[in-house]
Formats: sequence, structure tokens, C-alpha cells
Amino acid sequence: MSDKKMKKLTPVQQEYQTFAKAREPRRPVLFNCLKAFLVGGGICLLGQGVQDFFIWNFDFTEKTAGDPTVAVMVMLSVILTVAGVYDHIAQWAGAGTAVPVTGFANSVAASAMEHRTEGFVLGVGGQMFKLAGSVIVYGVFAAFIIGLIKTGIAMLGGS
Amino acid sequence: MLQGHQTWVFQNRPVILSSAVVGGPFEAEGPLAEDFDLLHGDLWLGQDSYEKAEKKMLEEACEMATHKAGLQKQDIQFFLGGDLMNQIISSCFAARTLAVPFLGLYGACSTSMEGLALASLIVDSRAGRYVLCGTASHNSAAEKQYRYPTEYGSQKPPTAQWTVTAAGAALLGPEGDGPKVTSATIGRVVDMGVSDPFNMGGAMAPAAVDTITAHFRDLQISPGNYDLIATGDLGKVGYKIAVDLFKKQGLEIPEKAFVDCGLLIYGEDQPAVLAGGSGCGCSASVAYGHILNRLKKGELKRVLIVATGALLSPLSYQQKESIPCIAHAVSIESD
Repeated sequence: MSDKKMKKLTPVQQEYQTFAKAREPRRPVLFNCLKAFLVGGGICLLGQGVQDFFIWNFDFTEKTAGDPTVAVMVMLSVILTVAGVYDHIAQWAGAGTAVPVTGFANSVAASAMEHRTEGFVLGVGGQMFKLAGSVIVYGVFAAFIIGLIKTGIAMLGGS
Repeated sequence: MLQGHQTWVFQNRPVILSSAVVGGPFEAEGPLAEDFDLLHGDLWLGQDSYEKAEKKMLEEACEMATHKAGLQKQDIQFFLGGDLMNQIISSCFAARTLAVPFLGLYGACSTSMEGLALASLIVDSRAGRYVLCGTASHNSAAEKQYRYPTEYGSQKPPTAQWTVTAAGAALLGPEGDGPKVTSATIGRVVDMGVSDPFNMGGAMAPAAVDTITAHFRDLQISPGNYDLIATGDLGKVGYKIAVDLFKKQGLEIPEKAFVDCGLLIYGEDQPAVLAGGSGCGCSASVAYGHILNRLKKGELKRVLIVATGALLSPLSYQQKESIPCIAHAVSIESD
């Protein structure tokens, strides 16, 4: 726990937190990193395979194959989410399954499924992006800032 | 009547005339499956939402408890219920079906013993003849409200707990056959500054210890007075902390006589539940099912059930508040 957070606590609370911390099971951080690396890498490898498949078998270039590849990965993720498998893989793989496309698709599909009981408008429509929404908001915002910087550099005579 | 600071002693010894527990498919695979009156194979219970499924379980538990005691709904004076849903909808809606005068309670996972303590108080003081108390929780409904969508892929830490899908109800009366409620200690809210909602056991352990210590202090008895002391849903982490806190305070509780409902319900070697079970239905189903059955069989004579509750909401957690916790203890004795 950070020092800043600790300072707000009374001495009794601080003492308890140290006491409790010593009795918590340790999180296997290194092993979790390894699992995340393997699963995350595996998903990317699969994505690469799908992209190559499109390039070799159809009239796609490396650039244009991106769209159908993403569509396939999203579909796979949604199918696994609907089948109730994705969350189990994620519990094992941790950050590995949060790789953008599949993790994003899972968060949208899971929210939509979860709120189906509240109807299509307030439930599915309103809640679908409750997890993914902040990714979109800050993604777009970050892109905007980067765009400004890029334009600024270009205007100053950079390339 | 009040004894000490926060303990009621029930001189007329209200009787638990009957009790009923209903569980879901995952509970049916657990070691306590035999102690459930009804187990559902379908997490939806044939309803179209998880919230409705939770309500249905509570209704079934209440109806079964009433039926087992040989009573009708109209014989019951009061129904005390609570659950984890916002605005305690499961209990309110179950009370609508029961059509019995209703008092809604909220004590998070401590609601089971909060209800039993108040029901005993009503029966003991002759303010009501037959009083029903019950509570329920549903894994998916709780996940939806407190955490992420059920199918969302996120990794839970080893300190996280699994909300039990179960309902439990008990019917109390002034006389008859059955285990008797002898005393109840109402807990105070204890907040040790833990703010991680994936470590409720660690947050709740001090509240459980506080209430148990108060119980022994008020009644001037020792832990040896009980064959079994069962906490509600501390899980592996909270249980270990509680054991060590008792040791630190010099209160000797033999480890065999100290159990946790969250560890009993799924057994200790079920990896899917991480640190153990939790939720209103956890202490309710284990206490009203497994423990009452053991009392009736004569395996136990005197038990103390300490239901623990974490009084947080998703809002308070997002606003970076720590988790206030509470525990209520009720002692039950068989003849």
C-alpha cells in the first residue's frame, strides 16, 4: 500500500493492515506475467495467422487484411464469451486476454448479455459500453492530443 | 433483556420451529448438498432474470419453512428479510408474495443473523407469536451489481470470494420442538480501512472478532461454552486473520470448534471459489441447513453463529471509501 494512503489511516488501522497483509495469500506475480505473456502472445499469433490466411488466399495486402482479421478475432471472442468460456480463460490468463481486440469485444458482449434483462434500450443499448466506454473516450482523446502534436511539429517545419 | 453492553438474553427461549434452505447448481456440487431442502439445476430457476431467480429462491425457502412447521401464511405475524440487491428488492418482492407484515433489513451478508436476532426478540417479548426470517443471495445477481458482468474476462485475486446462490429461512415460535435461541449480540460497525472489495474476508475479520469478544464479555462466558462457533463468510483469508486476532487477544478458541460458513459450503479444496463463499445466502444456508441439522441430530449442543457483513456499495468503492463491516452473533442451543 502506498505511503499516502497509509497516512490517512489511524495507527490502529495501520497496525491491522500490516497484520492482515502478512496473512494474505501472495499473488503469484511472476507466474501471472508468464501466463499473460503466453496467452496474449498466443492470441496475437492467432491473429497473425488469420491475417496471413487472408493475404495468401484472397486478394488482400498486408494493410487491407487488417479489417477482416479484426472482424474474425472479434467474432471468436464474442463466440467464446457467449459460450461462457472467455471469463474462465481470463481467470487463468489474466492480462493476456485483455489484448485490445478480443478483450474489448468480450467487455462489450458481456455487458450486452448481462443487461439483456433490462430491455434493448436501457439494458443492452445503454449498458453495452459501460466497460468499453472509457477505452473509447480516452482512446479518442489521446488520438486527438497526438494529432495536435503531430500537426504542431509539421507546422514548425518538421516532417 | 439486555445484558452487558450489546447482548440480548432471551429468557423465554424462542424456538426455531422449522427452517428451509434452497440452493443453486454450484451449491449442489458442494459437500453440504445433503443439507439443502431444495437444489436447483438451473441458475435462472426458470425466471427471466437473475434478480427474479433470487426472489424465487427466497419465496421457496419461506414457503417451505412455513409448511414444515405445519403453519399457514396467515399464522405468521411478521416476516423479517433482507438481501444484497439495491433497495432489498428480493426480500420486498418475496414479502409481496407472502403477504405477511414485513420489516426489511439490510446488513449485507450479516442479514441472516440480524433477522434471526430481531425475530427472536419479537417472539421473546411476545410482540409476535410466529415470526419468519430469511435472506437470499444469487451469485450472478451480486456479480452484476457489485462487480463486472458475469461473462467479462477479468482475473480475480486469490483473496476474492464467491457469492453463494442460496436462500435460507427460519420460523420462530414461543414453544415447541426444535433448537432454541438463547442470546444475541448486536455488532457495531468496524472499519479497519481496508478498501479492496476483492478482500472482504480481510475487511470483515475485525468485526467478527469484535462481536465475538463482546459476546463473551457481556455474558461473562468463555469460548468453551460453545461446541461450535461459526462465522458467516470470512473465507480462507479472513478466517486465518480472525484466528490470529483471537490468539493476539489471548482468547483461546480451539480451532476445531471455530469454523467459517464460507469455507464449509464448498469445502476447502474448491479452486473456483478462490478464498471461499460469501453473500447473505452463505451464512443463512449453512446455519439454517447444516448447523441446525447437526443440532437436531445431537452432534452439537450449543452453537454461536456470527454472520459477517461488508457494508459497501459499488458507489462507495468507486468514491474510494473504505469498507465498513459488521457482525451479529446469535447463540442457539438444543435441549
